[in-house]
Amino acid sequence: MHNAIVIQNVRKTYQQLEALKGIDLNISQGSFFGLLGPNGAGKSTLINIIAGLVRANQGQITVLGHDVIKNWRQARFALGVVPQELVYDAFFNVREMLKLQAGYFGLGRENDAWIDELLETLSLTNKANDSFLRLSGGMKRRLLIALALVHKPKVVVLDEPTAGVDVELRQLLWQFAKKLHQNGHTILLTTHYLEEAESLCEKIAILNHGELIALDETKNLLARHPYRWLYLDLKENYLDFPHSLQDKIITQKPKQLVLRLHREKDSIVGILEELRNANINVVDLHTNEPSLEEVFIHLIKQETAS
Amino acid sequence: MKYSINWRGLYTLFIKEVWRFWKVATQTVLAPVLNVLLYLIVFSSALAKHVEIYPNISYETFLLPGLIMLAILQNAFANSSSSLFQAKQNAGIIFVLLAPISSLEFYLAFIGAAIVRGLLVGIGVWFSVFFFMDLPFYNVGLAFFFAVIASGLLGAFGLISAIYSDKWDHIAAFQNFLILPLTFLSGVFYLIRDLPPFWAKLSYLNPFFYLIDGFRYSFLGVSDVNLMVSIFFSSAAFIFISIFTVWLLETGYKLRG
Repeated sequence: MHNAIVIQNVRKTYQQLEALKGIDLNISQGSFFGLLGPNGAGKSTLINIIAGLVRANQGQITVLGHDVIKNWRQARFALGVVPQELVYDAFFNVREMLKLQAGYFGLGRENDAWIDELLETLSLTNKANDSFLRLSGGMKRRLLIALALVHKPKVVVLDEPTAGVDVELRQLLWQFAKKLHQNGHTILLTTHYLEEAESLCEKIAILNHGELIALDETKNLLARHPYRWLYLDLKENYLDFPHSLQDKIITQKPKQLVLRLHREKDSIVGILEELRNANINVVDLHTNEPSLEEVFIHLIKQETAS
Repeated sequence: MKYSINWRGLYTLFIKEVWRFWKVATQTVLAPVLNVLLYLIVFSSALAKHVEIYPNISYETFLLPGLIMLAILQNAFANSSSSLFQAKQNAGIIFVLLAPISSLEFYLAFIGAAIVRGLLVGIGVWFSVFFFMDLPFYNVGLAFFFAVIASGLLGAFGLISAIYSDKWDHIAAFQNFLILPLTFLSGVFYLIRDLPPFWAKLSYLNPFFYLIDGFRYSFLGVSDVNLMVSIFFSSAAFIFISIFTVWLLETGYKLRG
């Protein structure tokens, strides 16, 4: 499969701060790719370098084979960016903004039908003649998406699109992102919401302090976390548990116990046996696999420790 | 690779810049016209009887071309500086920065809009006094040339100031400590050669002087310095500042991190 974005040894320094310390990353065409990391990890810097908004000190990036510096026009045609901030131009209404943005990309009236379609799809048709300042937060976010898609880019970058939006809008944006992906777009998503990355992204890269600390398919990344959770419903409100289980107990509530088990070292059968030997009756049980959040915290902690 | 121009992108950005100031034309065109008319009334009433600069030319007639040029200069600067700085402030500039628009196209679009606003204000003043003042018009083409060069030059200054500025205060500093002194000390209200020698020499270094002197010549047919000198220095200043502005945009300074 060809790559939509190729990032080679990209470094960026702001005065004393090394924001990116030599990033290498390939994003396949048609994939839904997640770029995660805590605040200040370098996600936005990397996105901005891809988009040409920031210049790297070293390294090379191509979008659909076009170098973002040498063939910047073609690279920008290939890319649609939904910025993190609610940026605007207060002088123009929704339709005017879309038409202007299309014009910057060399598109005229022939693009009007697509603008109407975008307005319709993003439920903005009845706001087409309103100024940006009169839109609700959700509508502003949707307008930014429409602006990013106005020139029909093959690669779409969503820079924390759901930051600070309500649950309903978040769901709507997820559905829209999925639809874009199904239509063949390559999606690069940065997000703080790990649940979002887990449910949408096929592959994930995690950045921390300007370094790539993980790059894998989402399912592999989840499997990499060595723990799972065992939820036990107990017959009575027991107070004492076997000594060997003490360091595994995460939560202890009346008639309920949550244990963290190592995927390889601990066996559920063994745990149940120990409980039975201690005369603790288990009435029900279920396990929970780790979420991306746990994997993320685990990797960040590992990185910090090293 | 052959250098290509994104004509539609350039045209769209130009139209957007013109549209932006036209949407608030009361503030951007009508108010400056009124401003100049007030200057004209006040200065000509106060000084007309006491000052004769060129023989057989009234002070109002001498003053008006300079005042028109003053309005052109100030409004061209205001147009590009406020538009770009506002776009920087609310980050709306990224819509243009993400688009396939080159530094040269960016420059031409903003300068084009500054020229349109400068010309509109200039024509607005000229038209307002047309019916009650007898203002000669020696050479229309020449007036147009100086008006275009002047608004282009100040449009470029506006872009430079917006790029360097981090807050409105910085824009105001550019306007009050650079543009305003240069425009007022450029012979709008008097002849440079009537100044004490030191100030006269200093004024000859001011590019705005050549714009005003050449512009005045295109109305009155008389000037302080030779017309060719004015054409040369005005054009040279415009070309130099334009090259600097395009270079500054190309570096991405304070626009592309």
